[in-house]
Formats: sequence, structure tokens, C-alpha cells
Amino acid sequence: MSLVERHEQVSTRERFSRWANRHRKWVLAGPSMIFVGLLLVIPLAWTLFLSFTDARRSVRRPFDFNGVDNYTEILTDTERFWPAVGRTISFTGGALFFQLIFGMIIALLLWKPFRGQGVVRTIVLLPLVATPVAVGMMWRLLFEPNIGFVNEFIGWFGVPPQPWLTDPSTSLATLTFVDVWQWTPMVALILLAGLTSLPEEPLEAARVDGANAWQRFWLIIVPLMRPVILAAVLLRGIDALKTFDILYATKGKGGGSFNDVETLNIYAYGLSFDYNEYGVASAVLILFFLIILGIIWVLQMQRKAK
Amino acid sequence: MTSSAVKSDQTPLRSKPKFKWSNVGRASAITVIILLFIGPIAWMVSASLKFNVQIYDSSQSFIFTPTLANYETVFDPRRGNYLMFIRNSFIVAFVATLLSLVFAVPAAYAMSRFVMRKSATTVLLARIIPGVSLLVPWYFIFSQLQITGGFLPLILSHMFVSMPLILYIMMSFFEQLPEELEESAQVDGLTAIAAFLKISLPLSVPGIATATILSFIFSWNNFMFALVLSGPTTKTLPVAVFDFIGYASIDWGALMAASVVVTTPIMLIALFTQRYIVSGLTAGATKG
Repeated sequence: MSLVERHEQVSTRERFSRWANRHRKWVLAGPSMIFVGLLLVIPLAWTLFLSFTDARRSVRRPFDFNGVDNYTEILTDTERFWPAVGRTISFTGGALFFQLIFGMIIALLLWKPFRGQGVVRTIVLLPLVATPVAVGMMWRLLFEPNIGFVNEFIGWFGVPPQPWLTDPSTSLATLTFVDVWQWTPMVALILLAGLTSLPEEPLEAARVDGANAWQRFWLIIVPLMRPVILAAVLLRGIDALKTFDILYATKGKGGGSFNDVETLNIYAYGLSFDYNEYGVASAVLILFFLIILGIIWVLQMQRKAK
Repeated sequence: MTSSAVKSDQTPLRSKPKFKWSNVGRASAITVIILLFIGPIAWMVSASLKFNVQIYDSSQSFIFTPTLANYETVFDPRRGNYLMFIRNSFIVAFVATLLSLVFAVPAAYAMSRFVMRKSATTVLLARIIPGVSLLVPWYFIFSQLQITGGFLPLILSHMFVSMPLILYIMMSFFEQLPEELEESAQVDGLTAIAAFLKISLPLSVPGIATATILSFIFSWNNFMFALVLSGPTTKTLPVAVFDFIGYASIDWGALMAASVVVTTPIMLIALFTQRYIVSGLTAGATKG
């Protein structure tokens, strides 16, 4: 009897094990897929659904469909929406542009080994791991017009004090600088990893043929690094479009009293949680998401086209 | 004969360290970069050790008598329980990272071994999507379930950042891991899943370490999710720092002290695990 029982027990376990192994692809990946499905696909569908309704004020208040009203309202809104699109693009574009230039300079400087390279690499890493909210507060003090060190510093060279974050005309550029300060290290580290994995031969051959450093950089290094540069642009670009922490921490609700740093992300956040306009906010988010997808699609095309 | 002899004589001469203007230029450029990155952080730390009077006085920019008064303000129980915020940040980052590892490591393995492109893209969509667009529906759903303010919504939302990150890092790690070891283990009688658990998993410890460190850092630093989803007893450090400016005039010394408190643990981790962080951040980017 017991022998038969044990045999049956083993066979159940065996059967489960066989089943799990045969379907191991889904046994291993399934839980993650379900988690992401529940927390991503359903909320995204919900956002899409809300964007066609007049949901507002309280989450428990009943709401109705209002067709594409939210979308027409947003797309004709030249006061908040379109300026926010412009700010998002100039913030992201400016940040990416300087991060690529400075990132490349730093990567080239750290490329060839030297004494203390490890220490320098660790220092370069610090801005990138620092908590963005704290970084925002730190620069808020440094850029403070009356007591900040930045005005004291430029004063040494005879430059008059600037309003920085407090003036609508300079605040977005100042925050672009903060983003460049924090994220140039990331671009530099990615480019450095790319540089160290470059093949030796083409560079050596160019040197033998008499190409100078400038020519070697533009004709050999940049073309070979193209995929790495595009990967860095993609990674950083997506994060820069969605920047929230330093903007909200330094300028607060609505991107400051003149909405001077209100990007799409800040605008959508404000609509959702400061004004509780869930319907309109959802429509902004859907449009924002489409813009991001469009940019990624263009970059991916660039990556594939060689 | 003679020319080659001359050449071989010259080579050791050339490899000797020689004074070059380009080296001086490079060294000074590196010094400027170090100052640019370290300077602001040093300023934040020094301001956290000053009374506000000293912060306002430019003659005490560099030379001043340090004080710990600001840290006393930060940890003053009447101001809010800062120790509890530290604990909250730690609980959320730790649990979210742990759960994400349990979910994402096997998934990364399956996705790299079976080339599940569509599934991988779906999960990586989570890296692309703006967090706000998930917060609205989450806030709706969590309010309906009446669990807002607790740890569960916070941890779930942080897992949403951690899981795609871990998946991304581990996929590029497993792709570099040779399949032969698993195959020979299977020949020796192990099932495929057992081969993964007993052979590949122990070999991927460096990759898991990288993923764990980065996931912890990003979760610790996360601000937006906690800003919406945390309650008074589950508030995390970045939100607590933000709350310091909710008053009429800013207490700069205390604000800097609070900022130092939130960044110090992360910077310490970064100092000791630099190598892992770099390999994690550059994972996948250099393959083209």
C-alpha cells in the first residue's frame, strides 16, 4: 500500500516538475508579465478611458463620457499646453546637447589610464547617484540671488549678480544646467564604456597614416561610437523628457508662479493632483506618451539605419 | 642592422614619463571637472554646518566655526519624526528591490534564453512611460481599495521602477553567460529549471549585485510616487526634505542638513560599489 502511495506522490511531483519544465518559459517569465500587466496595461487603458470623460474633483464623484472634448480643449490651449510642449522640448534638447558634449570630453579625458583614475571615476559618479530632490535644494541655495555662491563666484570676475531661478526668463535655462550637472556623468560613463571597447586597429592605422587627433576623433571614433552615442541619447532623452524631481523641488506647483518651468510632466502632475482634473490630465498624458513614443521610434530608425 | 639597433635603443627612452604640455592640459581639465562635481556637494555639506547668519555672511564662505545645530533641528521630534522617515525609505527600497529581484531575475533568464522580444518590449515599456500617467489610475484604484497611505501602494509603485531596471541589467548579463554549463548539467540529469537554479543563478551573483544596488539607489531617490502615495506615517525621505520648504521663509541650514541626510547613505554605497554601478548603468548600451 505505502509503496503505491509513495509512487503516486512522486508521480504527482514528477508530473508538476515535467509540466513546469516544459512550460518553463512562461513559468519563469509569467509572474513578471502578470505584474506588469496589472500595473501597466490596465492603468494605461484606464488613462485612455478617463481621457474621454469629464472626471474631476473627487475620485468617488460619478463622471460621464464627453467624447474628444478634453483633446480639443488641450490642443487649442495656447496658454498652458503648447508652451509646456515647447519647454519640454527645449529643456530636453538643451540638456541632451550639453550632456553629449561634456560627456564626450570627460570620457576622452578619462580614457587613457592615469594615476588616481579610480578616484576620479568615483567622484564623477557622485552627482548621478545623489537624490534629485536634495540636488534641487542644493542648487536652490547655490543659485540664491542674494546669498548663493554662484553670484559670489561670478562677482570675482566682475560679472553682475543674476536672478537665476527667481526670474521666469532664466529659470528654465538654470534648471537645464542643473540637469546637465547631474546627468553628464551618466553619458560620460556610457561613452567611456564604449571607448574602452573600441578596436585598436583602425585608430592605430589612422595614426600611422598621419591623421591628427581631431581627424581621428571625427573620422574614426565618432563613426565607430555611433551606436553607443545613440543608446546614450535614447536612455537620457527618455529620462529628460520625464524630468520631475528637480523642477518640482526648486519651483514647486505649476512650475513656478509664472509657470516658467512647467513642462508636460509637471503640467500633467499639476492637473492630476493639484487641480484634480483627471479627465483633462489623462488626455495630456496620452498626448505626452504619444510624443515620447514618436521620438523613440525616430531614434530607433536612426539606430537601425547604418 | 644598425638602424634597427638604434630604434630598439630609442623605444625605452620614449616610454619614459616625459614632460608634455598636453599632459598638463589634461591634468588641469580633470581637476576642473572634479571641482565642478565635488564643489557644489561640498558647499551643501558646509552650509549644513553653518548657522543661517553664517550662510548669509559671504566673509564666512570658506572659513567658519562649524555647528551641528541644523542636524539637531532636522532630528527634533517636534519637527516630525525624521528617524521614522529614514526607516520608511529603507523599508520601501529594501522590500521593493527584494520582490523585484524575485520576479525579474527568472523572467530575465527566460527572456534572454528564449528570445521573447515582445514580452521584453512590454516590460521595458515601463521604463518609457511617464510615471504620472500610472499615478492617476493607481490613485483611483488604491482609493477604491482604501489602501492609500500604507506601505503596499508605495512598494508596488517602486517595484514598477525596479523591475524593468533589474530585467534590463539581468537580460544583458544572462546573454553573456555561456549556455554550455546548463546543457552539461542537464545531461547529468538535472531538469532545465534545476539547472537554472543550481548552475546559472550562482554564476550570476555579480549581475544580481549590480541590479540590487542600482534598484535600491533609484528606489531610495524616488520622489514623485511617494509624494502622491505616501501617508503621514509612511512618508519617505525625499518627501520629508521637500516638506522643509513648506514654510514662509526657508531655513537654509536645516534644509541643507536634511539634504545631506538623504544623500549620504546613497553616496556611501556608491563609494564602495562604484564598479557595479558603472557596469549596471552601461549594461546593454555598448552592444549597439
